Amino acid sequence: MSHAFDLALCALILGAAVLAVTGRNVFGAIVFYVVYGVLLALAWLILGAVDVALAEAAIGAGVTGVLLIGAWQGLADAGGLEDEAPRPVFLRLAAVAGAGALGGLIALAVISLPGGDGLTLAVVDNQDRLELGNPVNAVLLGFRAYDTLLETLVLTAALAAVWSLTRTRVWGGVPGPGHVTRPDGVMASFGRLLPPAGLLVAVYLVWVGADAPGGAFQAGTVLAAVWILIVLSGLQDEPRLNSLPLRLMIIAGPAVFLGAGLAGAAAGAVMGYPDGHAKSVILVIEYALTLSIAATLALLIAGPARRAP
Amino acid sequence: MMELLADRASLFALTGAALVALGFYGFIIQRAPIRRLIAFNVIGSGIFLLFGGASYVGGGVDPVPQALIITGIVVALALTAFAATLAVRLAESGGDDADDDGDDDEDRESDR
Repeated sequence: MSHAFDLALCALILGAAVLAVTGRNVFGAIVFYVVYGVLLALAWLILGAVDVALAEAAIGAGVTGVLLIGAWQGLADAGGLEDEAPRPVFLRLAAVAGAGALGGLIALAVISLPGGDGLTLAVVDNQDRLELGNPVNAVLLGFRAYDTLLETLVLTAALAAVWSLTRTRVWGGVPGPGHVTRPDGVMASFGRLLPPAGLLVAVYLVWVGADAPGGAFQAGTVLAAVWILIVLSGLQDEPRLNSLPLRLMIIAGPAVFLGAGLAGAAAGAVMGYPDGHAKSVILVIEYALTLSIAATLALLIAGPARRAP
Repeated sequence: MMELLADRASLFALTGAALVALGFYGFIIQRAPIRRLIAFNVIGSGIFLLFGGASYVGGGVDPVPQALIITGIVVALALTAFAATLAVRLAESGGDDADDDGDDDEDRESDR
């Protein structure tokens, strides 16, 4: 039974991916890409990787999908969506042959992989020292915290790169078009009803992430969704990008993270956690990170400033 | 071949390999920037699935690859966001990076 389900799921994933890559219509391709992301999240769930499933559904399918639809709209407005002429047949055949060879080689490598125990035991044996029950978060914020620190800096750098594409006239201004909705309409009601629930879910996801699936990135995405909902419902416009509180919010997470790592020097280990207080330091870092990730994701989706400050 | 597909770990790893190949094909054949971004993301998530499937033993996926995959998903998003903004900006400037519309000439004036 479960084997048949595995096979069907893999077939669905491949089918959705084919339509996302080769679909005739760009908008349709984006929609199939989102479907593909959700199916992938299901695959991660079946593999028992619930943290990855949450990240794939929220970031891989959700935020990426919204970004692509935003780019599609931007390209349509700028007239950059003309139909492209199909590639000549021999080029298509060559591409099929090349992709087939690549896939075959990778499949061969997969088949010939030697089995191993991996690092599961090493993580489980040591995660008690961080007082974390969730092994994935023990790796993310403990054993490989350096990767996570650099990852948050990559997000910040991406936002700086996006802002660098602002036209000089509107530098520091407000991104996106202003949204006006009927005050008694569906959108405005959602904008009032859902944010408190979203906020609660985000706080819960960070808190529970220490011992169960969840964590700063998943929670940050939920908060970013709340932010976008409030903007779309016209209740509050996007902030000016040159506002100091906003910029402090963006760097709060990486700064607290880096600060905790450097403060470890006082406790004897640079980039280490003090013995016995690991969990409390990790929670402080996670809440600061959640705030910064939420702001960064929401502003990445909003794009560069469009209106003068 | 059949016993490989019967094993959950290699089934998902091989699906990942097929996704990488599919994304690679799309990346070569497609010209539109959004389609290339989708192909790039399909390659990326294919690699993640390959990675996760290969490290699946019995009850679940090794936590170290899981953490690396979550990091990878976020980094792929950062690149997608920048590339999408860049594509829109390029289209707004007429798809020509050598010269720009009058609007941007003003920009250059005010830069000085």
